[in-house]
Amino acid sequence: MKLKPNEKLKVENILKDIDKYVPKRRGWHWREGVGESRETGKFEYKDSSENLKNSVPLPSAHYFNDIDPQPKNVITTEIASGRFEDDIRRMRMAAWHGADHLMVIRTAGQSHFDGLIEGTPQGIGGIPITRKQVRAQRRALDIIEEEVGRPINYHSYVSGVAGPEIAVMFAEEGVNGAHQDPQYNVLYRNINMVRSFVDAANAKKILGWAGIAQIDGAHNANATAREAWKVMPELMVQHAINSMFSVKAGIKKENICLSTVPPTAPPAPSMALDLPYAIALREIFKDYKMRAQQNTKYMSSSTREATVTHTLNILISQLTRAEIQSTITPDEGRNVPWHIYNIEGTDTAKQALVGMDALMDMLEIKRDKDPLKSKIRELKERAVLFMEEILETGGYFKAVEEGFFVDSGQYPERNGDGIPRKIEGGVGAGTVFERDEDYMAPVTAFFGYNNIAQYDKGAVENPSKLIDGSTLEKPEKVVFIDELDPEDNVNKRLEESKKYRGDSKFIKPEMEWAGDGIVQTTMFLPVDERTAEFAAIEVGKKMGLKDVEVIHKEVMHPSEGTRVEIKGKVAFDIDKENLVIPPKPEVMSDDQIREEIEKNPMKLVAGTVGEDEHSVGLREIIDIKHGGIEKYGIDCEYLGTSVPVEKLVDAAIELNADAILASTIISHDDIHYKNMKKIHELCIEKGIRDKVMILTGGTQVSNELSEKMGVDAGFGRGTKGVHVATFLVKRRKEMRDES
Amino acid sequence: MKRQDDFNERRKHLANLSEKELEAKFWELAEKVVDPLVDLSEKNTSPSIERSVLMRMGFSSIESTAIVEGVQDRGLISKGAGHVVYKAAKLNNLDIRKAGERLIDGELWETVVEAFQGGAK
Repeated sequence: MKLKPNEKLKVENILKDIDKYVPKRRGWHWREGVGESRETGKFEYKDSSENLKNSVPLPSAHYFNDIDPQPKNVITTEIASGRFEDDIRRMRMAAWHGADHLMVIRTAGQSHFDGLIEGTPQGIGGIPITRKQVRAQRRALDIIEEEVGRPINYHSYVSGVAGPEIAVMFAEEGVNGAHQDPQYNVLYRNINMVRSFVDAANAKKILGWAGIAQIDGAHNANATAREAWKVMPELMVQHAINSMFSVKAGIKKENICLSTVPPTAPPAPSMALDLPYAIALREIFKDYKMRAQQNTKYMSSSTREATVTHTLNILISQLTRAEIQSTITPDEGRNVPWHIYNIEGTDTAKQALVGMDALMDMLEIKRDKDPLKSKIRELKERAVLFMEEILETGGYFKAVEEGFFVDSGQYPERNGDGIPRKIEGGVGAGTVFERDEDYMAPVTAFFGYNNIAQYDKGAVENPSKLIDGSTLEKPEKVVFIDELDPEDNVNKRLEESKKYRGDSKFIKPEMEWAGDGIVQTTMFLPVDERTAEFAAIEVGKKMGLKDVEVIHKEVMHPSEGTRVEIKGKVAFDIDKENLVIPPKPEVMSDDQIREEIEKNPMKLVAGTVGEDEHSVGLREIIDIKHGGIEKYGIDCEYLGTSVPVEKLVDAAIELNADAILASTIISHDDIHYKNMKKIHELCIEKGIRDKVMILTGGTQVSNELSEKMGVDAGFGRGTKGVHVATFLVKRRKEMRDES
Repeated sequence: MKRQDDFNERRKHLANLSEKELEAKFWELAEKVVDPLVDLSEKNTSPSIERSVLMRMGFSSIESTAIVEGVQDRGLISKGAGHVVYKAAKLNNLDIRKAGERLIDGELWETVVEAFQGGAK
């Protein structure tokens, strides 16, 4: 199966013969070509990785020949709308924007599900991680990675009470990254602590075997603690416990990634608090990888504010290091992320990292001077003291029972509001059993005591020899389960949204799922916040939206007005066949136009005609500063505003101009079209019409009506210098051919 | 527990450590915290671990669940669910999958329970 950039990815094709699909590779993938300096376009990059074969560059890239340099860091985006089939399309979009670590959030409640979920049921705030969904998404990514030209890491969670089973399924299905941290189960999911650790060692052993990169769960303490910047000593302890436990369970240090978040956000002086911590952490954990996550704790519904905070977070990554730069979608403070915000988050990381390329070749961190020196030292000491007290108290389990963790005090300060758990309590309590002397498990990647020798001394190093290979060596032994629920499955959902999928002629706006009809609208209402909120809902209703909700409001001034953003659903769709789409304006390349003008210089006169003082539009078309036509070497004589049409025509005669550019903004009583006609007629009268081109422009100008007035072309809203220049070059050639 | 920040008092024994020594201490303590947990994990098992073994032996999640339930009902989990299937296959001269399927159908259990002497250590 191969994707073509101009064709949609068909989920139906991904699901075809899915029962027989075997993933093409295993293990985590770091970006290629890191550490080399690289020329891309007109620039040299120091912190980049190999470019992509197919991609969507940053919006401003068109000023730089559409280059799309790729940072050295793996970029993560978290995609989980509840419907994996729609997430697959979003993954393709994200991959094109530069994400190569696609993380799938699990549906609410899966961590308490004792066993694997099968089939493709719809999820809430994530998807149920099942073999079929994992396989379908990995299969889709196997194709998408070929399209973009860079391996993509697929990632989900090995937590909860079914960790070892999920780890096995991930190893079998070629999953590349996973969250695994027993402390997360204990503290935030109230899963029995003994069960959590015993399961975790086994799950980790399997992750280690499969080369899966592991991310820990420490960052959750940031998100949970009342004052996130105070848990920094504890965070180091949590990272240490999981890292050390993972090494002992069989994961290589280079595959162990610390999930670390800059703890604060403005208006706190975030750099002063976050940077010392980031340095201290990276010094202690120098053998481990950093997965830099972005702050979610202090996020509001403002996507602008989130973007700034996240950019500051990326600055920390660049000042220190982050092998994986994770992203939080800027709409996370509003709803389950939408397509467009996964792309925004990804682009923010790419933009900031590329913009800060080679920053550290110029800057130096004053590590050994205060304030950094003493702050780093203090954090490390506090973390050491924390672990000393864990041991004094009687070990990890005892410390959890005593509520050591997620206390809002900065250790050794304690506020008594930590999360205590009981050793006999929690989900799955009493389900751990001691292995007997003759205990045996004849499989690969098994952790702990395993009496294989009782059957075959020669199989001790390779237990699955006893059963002629396990599924890890023989993928054909994997048993695939398809759908278990006749109603809640992907086939039903695809059928229901069929009208809006693939090459359908119907178009409906969507944010999460095909055909969901969701749109958002931003408005300013000149009233106070509370009034604005309720007025905005009425505005939405009158616009014909269903299920209108306010998703963001921001005071511009307590009484002068409020910015409000709403979302709602449209009840209609658009039939592609009824659309009137004018042909795309032809655009020649800058170099082509320059060459033409160099061969045959061009001169023109320009002005805003009639009683019209607008000048901005015309200046944007002409001025070199705005990328106007002057940059191609076209000689422009600008006559100003409120120029009488006679003057414009006379100037054209006097200067022997090739063209007249007339701007007409005012459209009252069709004055703009009347003026066009006048210029055309005057040129005939003076005998120059066959030698001079007449071009008009303005916000209310349509090309069709302009042509009817006798001018050569009319340019409306959105016109750029290049459109006008292309037309001038082409039309001049036509006119010369005609004569 | 509530406690004022007594960092300055508590840190006294760390004050003279070099940065390197402090970091070495950090890792030494981390290892001490973790070692009992590793030891515990080496010696114990759980239903999820046992199901993960059966999956690797070629059983589906549903089949694995059924077999582990049977194993637990008969007090054999400390022998290993994979071991139980392996034993059933050997005793009855079956391949692994066939033995597992028969166990799911409620068969072969007597032979296994007998071989393990009812789960005695």
